[in-house]
Amino acid sequence: MEPLSWIEIITRVLLQFTPVWLSLVILFVLSITYKRKLGLYGKLFDSTIGMIGFALVMFWVFTGIFGSFGMIVTHDALAQVSGMKNELPGAPLPNPDEGQYPYYLFGGDNLARDVFSRMVKGAWIVVQIAPLATLFAFMVGITLGLPAGYYGGRLDTFLSFLANLILAFPVILLFYLLVTPEIVETGIPSYMATVLFVFPLVFVGVLLNSRYKTQPNIRAPLLIGVLGIMGWLYLSLISEIGSKVAVLPGFLDLFDIPSGILVVFVSVVFVNSPTVFRIVRGLAMDIKTRDYVAAAQTRGEGPWYIMLWEILPNARGPLIVDFCLRIGYTTILLGTLGFFGLGLSPESPDWGTTINDGRRLLQIYLHPAIVPALSLLSMVLGLNLLADGLREESLRD
Amino acid sequence: MGLFILRRVGVMILTGLCLTFLVFTLTNLYPNLEKLAKTQGNFRMSDEEVTSFLERGGYLQPMVVKYGEWLGVLPSYRHENADGSIQGRCILPGQAPEEAPEFCGVLQGYWGFSTVFKDEVGSIVATRLGLTGKLMFWVMVLMVPSALILGVLSGMNEGSKTDRTLSTVAITTTATPEYVSGVILIAVFASSAVGLKWFKGTATSAMEDANFENFFLPVLTISLYGMGYIARMTRASMAEVMTAQYIRTARLKGVSFPNIVVKHALRNALIAPFTVIMLQFPWLLNGVVIVETLFNYKGFGWTLVQAASNNDIELLLGVSVVSVFVVLVTQLISDIGYVYLNPRISVS
Amino acid sequence: MKDSYDGPILEIDTLSISFFTRLREIPAVMDFSVSVMPGEAVGLVGESGCGKSTVALGVMQDLGKNGRIVGGSIKFKGRNLNEMSQEELRKIRGSEIAMIYQEPMASLNPAMKIGRQLMEVPMIHRGSSEKEAYERALQVVTDVKLPDPKRILDAYPHQLSGGQQQRIVIAMALMAEPSLLILDEPTTALDVTVEAAVVELVKELGKKYGTSMLFISHNLGLVLETCDRLCVMYSGEAVERGSIKDVFDEMQHPYTQALFRSIPLPGADKNARPLRAIPGNFPLPHERPPGCNFSPRCDYFEAGRCDAQDIKMQAVPGNDRHATRCLKFQEIDWNAPIEAGDQTQKGEPGRVVLKIDNLKKYYEVAANALFGGAGETKVVKANETLSFEARESETLAIVGESGCGKSTFAKVLMGLETATEGQILLDNRNIEATPIEARDTQTIADVQMVFQNPFDTLNPSMSVGRQIIRALEVFGIGKNEGERRKRMLELLDLVKLPRAFADRMPRQLSGGQKQRVGIARAFAGNARIVVADEPVSALDVSVQAAVTDLLMEIQREQKTTLLFISHDLSIVRYLSDRVMVMYLGHVVELGSTDQVFSPPYHPYTEALLSAVPIADTSVEKKHIVLEGDIPSAMNPPSGCPFQTRCRWKSEVPGGLCEKEVPPVRQLGDGHQIKCHLPDEKLTEMEPVIQIAAE
Repeated sequence: MEPLSWIEIITRVLLQFTPVWLSLVILFVLSITYKRKLGLYGKLFDSTIGMIGFALVMFWVFTGIFGSFGMIVTHDALAQVSGMKNELPGAPLPNPDEGQYPYYLFGGDNLARDVFSRMVKGAWIVVQIAPLATLFAFMVGITLGLPAGYYGGRLDTFLSFLANLILAFPVILLFYLLVTPEIVETGIPSYMATVLFVFPLVFVGVLLNSRYKTQPNIRAPLLIGVLGIMGWLYLSLISEIGSKVAVLPGFLDLFDIPSGILVVFVSVVFVNSPTVFRIVRGLAMDIKTRDYVAAAQTRGEGPWYIMLWEILPNARGPLIVDFCLRIGYTTILLGTLGFFGLGLSPESPDWGTTINDGRRLLQIYLHPAIVPALSLLSMVLGLNLLADGLREESLRD
Repeated sequence: MGLFILRRVGVMILTGLCLTFLVFTLTNLYPNLEKLAKTQGNFRMSDEEVTSFLERGGYLQPMVVKYGEWLGVLPSYRHENADGSIQGRCILPGQAPEEAPEFCGVLQGYWGFSTVFKDEVGSIVATRLGLTGKLMFWVMVLMVPSALILGVLSGMNEGSKTDRTLSTVAITTTATPEYVSGVILIAVFASSAVGLKWFKGTATSAMEDANFENFFLPVLTISLYGMGYIARMTRASMAEVMTAQYIRTARLKGVSFPNIVVKHALRNALIAPFTVIMLQFPWLLNGVVIVETLFNYKGFGWTLVQAASNNDIELLLGVSVVSVFVVLVTQLISDIGYVYLNPRISVS
Repeated sequence: MKDSYDGPILEIDTLSISFFTRLREIPAVMDFSVSVMPGEAVGLVGESGCGKSTVALGVMQDLGKNGRIVGGSIKFKGRNLNEMSQEELRKIRGSEIAMIYQEPMASLNPAMKIGRQLMEVPMIHRGSSEKEAYERALQVVTDVKLPDPKRILDAYPHQLSGGQQQRIVIAMALMAEPSLLILDEPTTALDVTVEAAVVELVKELGKKYGTSMLFISHNLGLVLETCDRLCVMYSGEAVERGSIKDVFDEMQHPYTQALFRSIPLPGADKNARPLRAIPGNFPLPHERPPGCNFSPRCDYFEAGRCDAQDIKMQAVPGNDRHATRCLKFQEIDWNAPIEAGDQTQKGEPGRVVLKIDNLKKYYEVAANALFGGAGETKVVKANETLSFEARESETLAIVGESGCGKSTFAKVLMGLETATEGQILLDNRNIEATPIEARDTQTIADVQMVFQNPFDTLNPSMSVGRQIIRALEVFGIGKNEGERRKRMLELLDLVKLPRAFADRMPRQLSGGQKQRVGIARAFAGNARIVVADEPVSALDVSVQAAVTDLLMEIQREQKTTLLFISHDLSIVRYLSDRVMVMYLGHVVELGSTDQVFSPPYHPYTEALLSAVPIADTSVEKKHIVLEGDIPSAMNPPSGCPFQTRCRWKSEVPGGLCEKEVPPVRQLGDGHQIKCHLPDEKLTEMEPVIQIAAE
């Protein structure tokens, strides 16, 4: 068979993404139709920049999701097909089996794996980890930043000192110190996970408690229910048979996170939290001088009610914008980890690892490194544009 | 002012001590030491042999004591071998124990010995830092002015076509981490596949003799990422200043637009980006590590990677101390500079 | 050259300005005409959003990206500003037309020395050398009566006080001796006594330099004091225009009349002669009614006529250049007596509910706010020996300017701070040392507060009903959600808001409506003591009256003790039973409203009374201008706190004022002052305000 021409490659790739295009069209048609009813999200569709960003982000989100169900991908991301080593984009398989996709659309890498499929699978890793890690970082940052900004004084001095301590650390050094196998062996990342992942629990617990303090008959069952479920999830998350933290017996353990992923997750959360802390602290310091906060104080509200229900909702604008930016930044960090071969397994199809694999032969073969590089670029660019659009729209009223 | 600097320096030293202690702890955990013992001795060492090796090196003392020794505030550990000879950190091979100094830590200028490079950590760090300094100098020369110009141009006329275009450029560069932009730049300008071949894809030769051909790509790669960020900060700050009441005052005083920008807006608009530039240093360090790895430029960042991936404890410690120190000093400069730039803050 | 032109300095003819948003065009100013003759001062009066500042920016041709002049002309000395190039405009700005704004701090470049900012003007417009410019700057700074001009020229803006900054802004405007000076609410951000001095200065300099002025203000009293003519604006249009005397005494437009009836002038009384608020709300620009903009709120509205067509300005026969935008002005009997509002019985003060005894509140602050370390602290005496009682259904006004300690007192009373010394007795229970967390629900519900800034008083991300229900929850009122919702709707009725507002978000409410929600929230737990911290000062004049009356009405019904904190003596005189005047943490005078508003006064009260502008041509005021600014509470003067600005100081022998804090002296009937002045001097004092015999 002849290698595909560029036009054929593009057509086939576009076809391959059909489910993604369909989802995007449905999402946009629905959103634009009802945009006046959708608050800030709806207003996003008034800004061209925001829409472009959102489209880019959702493209990768859908790609990741469909890819995880085995759609879109043309080959197994880990399978090696002999004779396909470093083949150029559009190269046909030497002797394809029945039902096997007969081409490597974006060529093969130095281990003769399909670059296109690896790109799609890589998207899934990012789409899974980055938003979740950012969310955890926000939980930590908010739970610590609010009291620091609200109370000020010694608590603030202490927490800010800690935050600055982490911020003064070059990120790479931190990664090297946290993610090397020797450290993982000591269980430090697991202990850190135990501490960091408690914050969502604390956050939700305090949130509900402060809101329903005045209605004890609702408060108790609600708290028990919500915290019970979250606690179980939390224990399942941190506990793993055979690791340093194994508190749950196996039959109660809902799921296991591969330890490599867990370590990566922990270190990314750890690096992001202090910045979120600083942002939240600054916002809290600003908002606490408002009269409605004084009004809450004078009617005897507890400090946590004020922080979580009077201050936090009014800081949401900048926080949402930063959330988008920070997902992008987390994506970059994940790439960095992959690039240095830290945490994730060497075969992992994530973009950072593939860039690292591909760069060695960059002088001769471009495609194995360029494809994941451009994927990562477009995803982060999308998030940045999205954040920009959101910022512009939220400032408008 | 003196008191202010003194206080800042105090906080800085405290931060430095905490951080180095942290690094020290993390690098001196038992698994690391075990690995060290095996690489120094042999890989088939039994657990007892490892223990005795570590015992002799003084590695089994409490962490705080070890840290004190490494810092040079506690007398260093000496071990009397079975044959009666005395070995210790401060005793150089062939030196009589009595002549060796009692304290030998970072404070005395003794940084330890690198197991990978078989050389004094102090001298390795110094050479490598010099090489990276060269890189950083050119990065600063390229990045700061272009970022500021970009930011000021787009911020002084918010919403205009220039602003839209320049902002998009800035956003794109912030969305491009070094390992992406480096790969793209090499692919486009240095690979044989595209064939432009304007620049070299490695910067190894730039260590001795840096020229435009072998040095521009690494410098550009680091600059791009930071540039977008600083430019956006400058733009936001500039745009905010341009809507301030005093700019309207100046305009209604009859000051011409170029003069408004240069005389009235610029100083106020640069206060925020200045701190940002200074706080960019931990980031730049990140970029340096990536770029030096990518372009095979054997500077400070490259050394960090070597030390970390080869469990070279003393070297990694040295590298960490220096990078933390650099970051803290830039923070100090940023604080002091902020005070100078912003007359509203008076320091008495 | 300047004198060769003798027509009107500024002639605005049928000017229309619109702002353009993504969705629509918003007309901000429509069919607006006014002219300013040489040496004349013309006032532009109206409530916020009426377009008065837009007119000023239109004159400066500085409407920003979205604003555009869509009709009419603005002629400056006969030349149409609309048709000038940017370059020509630049030459006129600053040299021929200068502008002064509301926020002095914001209008000065924070990173540039005062001298530089001043010298820039002659250097641009006259090509002066540095030396000449410096000389000129020095001279003008001396003209605006700033002490030590050389030091000031070398200072940065943040090193000056608000009053000094505003003087610098004035100096900057006068650097090139412009023919026209536009002042946009130049004193709104300043304290009353400082405002009086600045106004005095502007008047004096206007005369000295022969400058014409366009004075924009919401304060009718201030316009009366400064201007020769005025133009009243409502919702983008000029509704009445004429000389001060004509408009004040022979008003010819229902809005002007309603405006005057809604401000508390001497003689108004909450029981005998209550204010008449203008009904309804200010129309939003895109919801203006057809025909007369004021028609929905007008007493004289006639359907089919007032809303039939656009209404033009018409000259009032007999008066000099007096015009009105009312079809019916010749039919209305302008002299008809005010329809007496509901007269009410004066509530009799009951038993004492709150007793403050020798209360002191000191703060320790770092000597240097930013870099201060441990050790160097300074004690700020925010409240010094406060003693007074407040009774049931009594209104006690606490009057003072910034830094007088009134807000600190409010905080201590609410329990947000604890007292340093002395006691606060609520129903004979001590609460001065109980912080709010330790107070029981009943105490908290009993003492509530209404805040100053309506845009800040409600949580922007919670619906109005939810916020009131939350207060009910906290105060333990209502057994279940349903009961609380019912009570919340009743509270909305109480503050005269439609029940539909329960589901609205605060941003959908106007300032006055928000303030009503704030009041409803304060009364949620049947509060017995309400501290109202300047509750109406941020509201427009016509809304002020309505909110004030609402407070009074609820007070009468619920027998609330109202502690009314304010700097506005007109409103204090209107509604309070007793008045407490504070200065730098000290109570300098305390007594019934009549006692405080008539001699003998404390010298500070006297100056304060004189400083408050009164919009009534028949009132004659004694002219007392205080020198300098209010000292900082961080660094108070020795002896009597007021001695640095007191005009009676020389009457006290032996420099006693500088040495000792005066004792509290009882003048009988509960009237007390803190002053060293001997009795005979006190009896010599003359009333500050006199209403001329009609």
